[in-house]
Amino acid sequence: MFGMLRGLWEYRSFVVSSIKNEFIARFARSRLGGLWMIIHPLAQVAIYALILSNVLAAKLPGIDNKYAYALYLMAGMLAWNLFSEIVSRCLTIFIENGNLMKKMRFPRIALPVIVVGSCLLNNLLLFVAVLAVFAILGHAPTMQMFWLIPMTLSVVALGVGIGLVLGVLNVFLRDIGQVVPIVLQILFWFTPIVYSVNIIPEALRGALVYNPMYPVVTSYQNILVYGTSPDMHHIWSAFGLAFGLMLLGLFLFRRASAEMVDAL
Amino acid sequence: MSLLTVNNLGKAYRSYRSEWQRIARWFFLPVAPSEEHWVLKHVSFDIQPGEAIGIVGQNGAGKSTLLKMITGTLQPSEGSIQVNGRIAAILELGMGFNPELSGRQNVYHAAGLMGFSGEQMDTVIDDIEAFAEIGEYFDESVRTYSSGMQMRVAFAVATAFRPEILIVDEALSVGDSYFQHKSFDRIREFQQQGTTLLIVSHDRGAIQGLCNRAILLESGTVIKDGPPEEVMDFYNAIIAEKENSTVKVVTLDSGAVQTRSGSAEASIKSVSLADATGAAVEYVPVGQPVTLRIQVDVNVAIPELVVGYMIKDRLGQEVYGTNTHHLGCKLAAQQAGDTLEYRFAFDANLGVGSYSVAVALHTTDSHMAHNYEWRDHALVFNVVNVDRPPFVGVSWLPPVVEYVK
Repeated sequence: MFGMLRGLWEYRSFVVSSIKNEFIARFARSRLGGLWMIIHPLAQVAIYALILSNVLAAKLPGIDNKYAYALYLMAGMLAWNLFSEIVSRCLTIFIENGNLMKKMRFPRIALPVIVVGSCLLNNLLLFVAVLAVFAILGHAPTMQMFWLIPMTLSVVALGVGIGLVLGVLNVFLRDIGQVVPIVLQILFWFTPIVYSVNIIPEALRGALVYNPMYPVVTSYQNILVYGTSPDMHHIWSAFGLAFGLMLLGLFLFRRASAEMVDAL
Repeated sequence: MSLLTVNNLGKAYRSYRSEWQRIARWFFLPVAPSEEHWVLKHVSFDIQPGEAIGIVGQNGAGKSTLLKMITGTLQPSEGSIQVNGRIAAILELGMGFNPELSGRQNVYHAAGLMGFSGEQMDTVIDDIEAFAEIGEYFDESVRTYSSGMQMRVAFAVATAFRPEILIVDEALSVGDSYFQHKSFDRIREFQQQGTTLLIVSHDRGAIQGLCNRAILLESGTVIKDGPPEEVMDFYNAIIAEKENSTVKVVTLDSGAVQTRSGSAEASIKSVSLADATGAAVEYVPVGQPVTLRIQVDVNVAIPELVVGYMIKDRLGQEVYGTNTHHLGCKLAAQQAGDTLEYRFAFDANLGVGSYSVAVALHTTDSHMAHNYEWRDHALVFNVVNVDRPPFVGVSWLPPVVEYVK
């Protein structure tokens, strides 16, 4: 474990330059470059807002802003976007870098770290954009927003945990790479992001506790839209699960890394 | 202390009835693999600082598996590798280059991949730029580079810092000849400063020219480890070896090692060199007409017979070789019990020194198809300068000199 961290520290300049280069490469020969990373989720929000606001807006209690639904959507999307980006990139990270892993010696753990760094950077940009849209829609930021720092960490831990497990397995069982995008899509619709939790029938609401993203997304919505601090119970359960998954992911990664190059 | 110790190294690729069983093994469940495929087994050797070692072997002999384990990208299944120093590999030049970034940005990135920090690179970036010699292209995106330019930058980064062990692949022979010379100069420079070279090549010239030791791998094990010339002769014999033939190594009185191989349908009875009077000679004056006589015994009826010879200098570099197929003197079916004498008459237009002659009996134009007998060091002779003006080199190319004013 300490060897892993030491290796990572020695290769810190590789990690930083990878994140930087990825960012630069995105701007190369594209006028808007990195802005596309913000435009995509915001466009999605705009589409949902246009189509669904009439259906769902009435069911959003407790906000006195006529754009309440758009605000609600953006809060959920900020969390979901980070999560799904980390999971789907971790999923293919070892396969995509297979050639590199076969030819060069470097600490493998650098690969997921680069993914996390790059996703965090995107998420930060998205967060700034969301704040700007909030300001335009007349929703002022609050001190509660500092809660987003621990919440972001728990999303990262959750995403890396799940992503590492799936990414390692995907090297050996390629079907996983096909299944996961579908599962992610399903999970998205089973998380109260585009709808509010109170439209789910009481009988089914209990099933939500099995959705690891439910407490996290709810906390994001509480922080950003309602300006309230997240439910501590939610936070601890999210952290506990995220931490457990991350340990499992790291364990699998350590056990499999020797065989991974053989299978690539 | 040795620089690199490889101890009983082995690599197995394991397959399982189901990938889930492989995964179960990570959780310490006792699952036996359904199949084990060993590509390398019981490989042991020691490498001292400053050595230059050639690693030779046929395709699939395990050379690249061995190198990957030495560089650390592959984990050994058994045994161990102990490295005391930094290893750099010139195997995959341009690995990890991003086509959208400039040469300079890629240099920093590639060096990061080798574990160097930005500050360390700042001290050598000018040297890298100067060594690559690609001018203003250095600050343009790599996508506009030719493959040769990319190679130049990649080589310059890979050798920016002197490693303790440098692994060189034969792929290095790509690129223009000017840069090839330049890169070999740098490799030699490193070697003089104490870097150990590990060279993978099929090129006899490169191995014998650069290395002082060679290791021959065959189906995953080291079958020969010794002076390059001896190992390369053995390697050639293995390539030629077919079906029921054998390879025999004899140490001659002179201390040189002779390799014989072949299926023995026909065999070499004697090889001698005669001067103009027909007397056998060991010392030949430069430029004298001589005749190489090769007597062949036909042991079993054979459909075709080609006799070839190769003159090599004392370092084993090939000086001249040909065979009766190319000379238009190929013989068709021969009866068992026949004895033939071939006479190759030529002028000894060779430089002063010791030469050896390798002789081969085979079919068609090379000894790869069917090798009756291959004998290295079948004859050794010396060329002496008796009546010619002094000169250096392995060949006698007398010029006519004149000058105008």
